[in-house]
Amino acid sequence: MVYKISRSFFLLLMLVYASFGYALEEEKEQTLQEEITEYIYHHVQDSHDFSLFSTKDKYTGEKKYYGFPLPVILIDDGVKFFMSSKLDHGKKVVESSGKYYKLYHGKIYETDSEGYISYDENGKVTNARPLDLSITKSVFSILLVSILMFYLFRSLARSYNDNNQIAKGVGRFFEPIVIYIRDEIAIPSIGEEKHKKYMSFLLTLFFFIWFLNLLGLSPLGVNATGNIAVTFGLALVTFLITNLTANKTYWKHIFWMPGVPVWLKPLLAPIELLGVFIKPFSLMIRLYANILAGHIVLYSLIGLIFIFKNLVGSSLSLVLVFFISIIEVLVALLQAYIFTLLSALYFGFAVQEDDH
Amino acid sequence: MEKLISEFSSGLFFWQTIIFVTLIFLLRKYAWKPILDTVNEREKSIRDSLNSAKEAKKEMENLQAENKKILQEARAESDAMINQAKQSGKELVEKAKSDARSEAENILAQARSSIENEKRAAMNEIKNQVADLSIDIASKVLEQELDKDKNHQEYIDKLLNEKKF
Repeated sequence: MVYKISRSFFLLLMLVYASFGYALEEEKEQTLQEEITEYIYHHVQDSHDFSLFSTKDKYTGEKKYYGFPLPVILIDDGVKFFMSSKLDHGKKVVESSGKYYKLYHGKIYETDSEGYISYDENGKVTNARPLDLSITKSVFSILLVSILMFYLFRSLARSYNDNNQIAKGVGRFFEPIVIYIRDEIAIPSIGEEKHKKYMSFLLTLFFFIWFLNLLGLSPLGVNATGNIAVTFGLALVTFLITNLTANKTYWKHIFWMPGVPVWLKPLLAPIELLGVFIKPFSLMIRLYANILAGHIVLYSLIGLIFIFKNLVGSSLSLVLVFFISIIEVLVALLQAYIFTLLSALYFGFAVQEDDH
Repeated sequence: MEKLISEFSSGLFFWQTIIFVTLIFLLRKYAWKPILDTVNEREKSIRDSLNSAKEAKKEMENLQAENKKILQEARAESDAMINQAKQSGKELVEKAKSDARSEAENILAQARSSIENEKRAAMNEIKNQVADLSIDIASKVLEQELDKDKNHQEYIDKLLNEKKF
């Protein structure tokens, strides 16, 4: 596994070098540091294309992207649908049923036929933005992971039938993890008799985050779990399940805490109520920040290789990249575990009986 | 923070939530439920097998104990039987012995009494014969001397009778 990851990063280095390489020699107006910063910024953002890497023409400075386009779906007086290749990375204005759209810094704006972008005094774009429901790079990777998960666990479920209740193939690896989540996360946090209805969510959550984290470490360069929209979606589901399945005891503990002096009870209620929102909020921020930070650190270290441009510094950075990537593989698992464990704990609070 | 909100991609959030929730329901139906059911069933069957094995072991032990008991009883019984047989044999021998002894004694006593009788009869016979002989001899002797005297015969008989053997 380590070998595979390090090989992946070697590949990634090659890709990055491909895009940096030309800039090192010819680009004058943009320094290397600035370019690396921009590159990292672009990487951690979602994108409308699935681009693997890009090159810059030596003489014209024109960027060339390698990858494949993804569908753009806009809700703006009806549904607008076209492929992202039409936007051509912001170089072209797309006309769709009488309206013009342009990609500008990763966002699609409504413009005139010339693609004019107007700014306010703070330098903010004032153009209208249609509701963008495009299948972006992150959505695409989420779909990919979902299909992979469905295939993996469906085949695990099926392998039982043909093999006398014993898992076969890759299921042998995943079955102990499923049992671990049940025995070490769900049952201790929620309880023997109540954990069953949460199992589907916890298992899906764990593998979803884990696989997306790992995919984020692959040289495909996706950053789905490092995007706050994704972690917000995950935390929202946890929040909804917690509060929709909560029993009377849970609400009583929030609004009228038993076992404390009466004058303290009204003081505790707002704090406890705030806690209801802070818990899933912390889940959202924790996953987002950890994955985003990991990606930025990795990319910065890879960038250092090109900034040093000498044998000692660059190879030192390479060693650092190697070890940080191993840590990131662990973090990928750890964050999935923490998110799942904390969700299970919150469910446990929501359904525990008044027994103290 | 402001940037976080302005950069928030509602499209990504929309798809992520839809895909994720759909995935939960799909996996629940097609994967987690069958997987967990199978795992639970398997664990249950393992537990049951262990329990039944334990029970079988217990039963076996019971059976063994019973066998041992039966064996012991049988042994005790056979011991008792042997003892009894020995006892009765001994008694039998004893009885036979005593019977034989008393029989022998009887026979002996009978023999003794018949010998006594025979002896007495023989003595009487001998007495008679001796008397006859003596009379014969005496008569012969006396015939020569006293021939006619009948009193002598009576006298001799009397004398013989007085002489008990």
